[in-house]
Amino acid sequence: MNPSTLPLILLLPLVGAIAIALAGRWPNVRETISLLTAVTLAVLVFSWFPEVSEGLRPRFVLSEPLPGLSLAFSLEPLGMMFACIASFLWIINTIYSIGYMRGNNEKNQTRFYICFALAIAAAMGIALADNLFTLFLFYELLTLSTYPLVAHKGDAKTIASARVYLGVLLGTSIGLLLPAIIWTWVATGTTTFTLGGIVEGHIAGAAVGLLLGLFVFGIGKAAVMPVHRWLPAAMVAPTPVSALLHAVAVVKAGVFSITKIIIYIFGVDFLFNEPSAQWLQFAAAFTIITASIIALYQTNLKRMLAYSTIGQLSYVIMATVILKPMAEVGAAIHIAAHAFGKITLFFAAGAIYTAAHKTELWQLAGIGRRMPITMAAFTIGALSMIGVPPTAGFVSKWFILGGAFQAENYFAIFTIIASTVLNAMYFLPIIYFAWLAPPAPGVDMNHGEAPKAILLALAVTSTLTIVFFFFNQPLLDLESQLVESLPL
Amino acid sequence: MKLLGLFNYWVFAVLLMIGLYALISKQNLVKKIMALAIFQSAVFLFFITMSRVDEGTAPIIQAGVANQIFSNPLPQVLILTAIVVGISTTALGLAIVVRLHEEYGTVEDNEILAMDRES
Amino acid sequence: MNLADHLPALQVIVPLMTAPLVILLRNGFLAWLGALLASLASFGLAILLTVAVLGAGVPEYAMGGWQPPFGISLNVDGLSALMLLLVTGASTLGLAGGRLSLRRDIDNRRAPMFYGAWLIALAGLCGIAVAGDAFNVFVFMEISSLATYILIAAGRDRRALSAVFKYLIIGTIGATFYLIGVGFIYMMTGTLNFADMALRLADVIETRPIIIAAGFITIGLALKAAVFPLHIWLPRAYTYAPNAVTVFIAACSTKVAIYVLLRFNYGVFHGNLLAHSDLFTVFIIPLALSGILLASAIAIYQGNIKKMLAFSSVAQIGYIALAAGLATHAGLMAAQLHMFNHALAKGTLFLCVLAFVLTTGSASFSNLAGIGRRMPWTMAAFVIAGLSLVGVPGTAGFVSKWYLIVAVMGMPGWGVPLVMAIILSSLLAVVYLWRFVELAYYGQPPDGDVSRMEVPLPLRTLIWSAALANIYFGLVPQLPLALAESGTTTLLGGLLP
Repeated sequence: MNPSTLPLILLLPLVGAIAIALAGRWPNVRETISLLTAVTLAVLVFSWFPEVSEGLRPRFVLSEPLPGLSLAFSLEPLGMMFACIASFLWIINTIYSIGYMRGNNEKNQTRFYICFALAIAAAMGIALADNLFTLFLFYELLTLSTYPLVAHKGDAKTIASARVYLGVLLGTSIGLLLPAIIWTWVATGTTTFTLGGIVEGHIAGAAVGLLLGLFVFGIGKAAVMPVHRWLPAAMVAPTPVSALLHAVAVVKAGVFSITKIIIYIFGVDFLFNEPSAQWLQFAAAFTIITASIIALYQTNLKRMLAYSTIGQLSYVIMATVILKPMAEVGAAIHIAAHAFGKITLFFAAGAIYTAAHKTELWQLAGIGRRMPITMAAFTIGALSMIGVPPTAGFVSKWFILGGAFQAENYFAIFTIIASTVLNAMYFLPIIYFAWLAPPAPGVDMNHGEAPKAILLALAVTSTLTIVFFFFNQPLLDLESQLVESLPL
Repeated sequence: MKLLGLFNYWVFAVLLMIGLYALISKQNLVKKIMALAIFQSAVFLFFITMSRVDEGTAPIIQAGVANQIFSNPLPQVLILTAIVVGISTTALGLAIVVRLHEEYGTVEDNEILAMDRES
Repeated sequence: MNLADHLPALQVIVPLMTAPLVILLRNGFLAWLGALLASLASFGLAILLTVAVLGAGVPEYAMGGWQPPFGISLNVDGLSALMLLLVTGASTLGLAGGRLSLRRDIDNRRAPMFYGAWLIALAGLCGIAVAGDAFNVFVFMEISSLATYILIAAGRDRRALSAVFKYLIIGTIGATFYLIGVGFIYMMTGTLNFADMALRLADVIETRPIIIAAGFITIGLALKAAVFPLHIWLPRAYTYAPNAVTVFIAACSTKVAIYVLLRFNYGVFHGNLLAHSDLFTVFIIPLALSGILLASAIAIYQGNIKKMLAFSSVAQIGYIALAAGLATHAGLMAAQLHMFNHALAKGTLFLCVLAFVLTTGSASFSNLAGIGRRMPWTMAAFVIAGLSLVGVPGTAGFVSKWYLIVAVMGMPGWGVPLVMAIILSSLLAVVYLWRFVELAYYGQPPDGDVSRMEVPLPLRTLIWSAALANIYFGLVPQLPLALAESGTTTLLGGLLP
């Protein structure tokens, strides 16, 4: 396929956004356009999969605003996977959104769907970015396009939380990520992603650790502590937005960017041999454990899921720095596995809110009997987070642990085991109470299941979470290409 | 002796400072404009006295007289222009003062400031 | 008798000669139309000159056929072309977008004189850009300044009068200091022509008067350019001027002063005056830094959108001064680029404010709450221009900020703190802009009315063209880059890295 059609992947959701804006007055037309755009995008993205699987790396330069800095797009295994996940889950999310927004009679639905499309366009831009400059541009656009989604409700509390969201994300990106990019450019003369890294030979010693820090904390979307505050703050958004943020676009963009930077800017070998870069796995481990502990104390369902996400994201980062091929593949797979699991959990949370108007954990006692499908999906998603077979989470954890054993990295092994236990500690009680406990006193149990569209979305994602356990070879093969050059 | 020979520069410096000081310290707007005029005159004097050439005479060519030493005419021309600019500035400044008086009823800077703060 | 040969002179003559014609017109609308046409013609001339500069170059124009250094010459190089585009573009933008606003602000009987003054200001600013000798720069500078004072005082707000008076005093002091500096240089070199000065300066043995001259000139121009802490005239002058006038002067008047500063400090002094660049750098950079940080911080506390943007301008001028003070090739490139990009961004922002005031009647924050929902198109353009001001990639502001940061990183020793200061001020800019954006979209309008009331389509189209230009030059900055490159080469004359 012709590389010059790569920009179509971005153009399509943009055109969709415009079409949605024009069709704003007719909800059914508007929803149809959203769905059509999502389906077309997914088809377009998946059509590139075979080529990239075979090892081809299509590349297209759009323009060159500054000498040495170009707006360029290319496809490689990580980006391909991210784009596939994002575009496919957008379809599901749109179906879910239709059910949720109509079920809750939300206002400003047109603005919602427009910003969604714009956010997906930005996410595609990040997935396809060929160099740091392009990545940064679309990274910022993603922040800006998701702000109206987070601030959707429009009341004072929501605005205040949205301000935190914007403040942390823009502050870290302009304050830390931009200097890191400039530093890279000044030191190496380029910002293009190259397998094996570009930093080797130009930056050495403690500077490498410092640069890594600027990148990791500058990419606030990956929610490495302490730049994680925006994630719980963003829970004020409607659940489709949280599902988008937590599974599809924003957090995955963050952790995807860090992984890409580690592999393509620093180079896995180089980082492995660089002592000043070792702090990252400790930062990641700290985030995993701390986030899991904080999740234990949460009473609000969405906030608990937020902290669970923060922990899961750092799994990916820690897996990347174990720096053994198996762990690298595990990191990539976990981006996908967590996406399916988390989106299921958030869909379930939204379903519970729409049908029963419940948001706190103690209200969920006995809800499994009133909303069996929803809670079944929730159970599957929770098991995936813990890493129990036959769910997707098990596959990725298997690879990550395998890589950790290969590297004889006992610290990482211990962290993973400890966090698995913690995950079980906060998920299993919910499952138990939802199915087996009697309803809490004073809680209204006079409700049924969620709207059909929501149930459909739930069914799809939870099924996929299980299917992924059995059917994951294409993705494994794709991501193995990343590590072919690495010593085993 | 050297110091007295720089007499014109002293005048320039003193007038400049008088103008600046009055500009800052006086509250009356008309006095400020006067101070501005003094300030500008200092510069004019500086240029013109600088144009004097030793034993030079007025730069007018006389028929039949050769090998005359003339003072430099260029700064004098420059200052003519600058004087015109200065006059325009003074005129404009006074026009603004008239308008200020129409609007505020006073030409004292501190009073105008106070009235602005109240509104 | 090819007209193309006389382009440099025409650039000044067209607005200058049209001004009395406009004054003679009786009708406010005809006067506006005449001014707009003259401004468009000047813009066209500027484009022609730009094309010529980027092509074969524009030869030195000897006024009246008298050869320099005794005759007056007009020189147009890359930097001049950049300034001309800026000035004529800003004037056209202000006039084209300001018809309704000016009809409201200016008394109909006085309108012809107002537009005449506008054209004189335009002529003066163009003259500064093309003048090849120091004294003509002074004359044109005063011509444009006097006309600008008239423009600012022409509105209905009486607070503009005291603001203009202050501006007049400070501006005249600045011009007079400049004149003193020129006098000292003339005393030591005997010439006023820039190119000639640069040559003769190398032969001067007693350099103390030259250094004093450099000091006077720099301070004088810093007063005109509103470099911190000599910026005190700017906020009130921008705030109380008629909105269309603010569009014009915010985009270009201070930048022209910096242009002259660059000409003198790099075209004339640099390389010819020992220790000059160190003196200049050490002097300008702390001031620029203070301006950048303090002005951005003050902007956060403003309650009037025009005043907020005015303080933002002071900060941006600090960026330009910082880049100019670095005395490197990269620094000068960054300075010129930022002049262009900031003019673009600020022009658009003030044009949006013009639209806001046109529909709501006031520029204070309390009045503009919720304006984003009532005027979505205009507000969206405001956000785009605001992003350019912050320097988000994809906008013009990012290009110049990138160059600035790269230029600053090249400084040994204090490169990193400077970068941190620039990043900090960008974050401050995000704060003060977002404060307004949030208020505009989520605030409650004072009368509770949330119905749509956009400005007419022509004005909206103009605003959006300006906003899109910000994005265009962020992705395709070849034109300003080429001009800046050409300008830097001329200024440094191959003397510096």
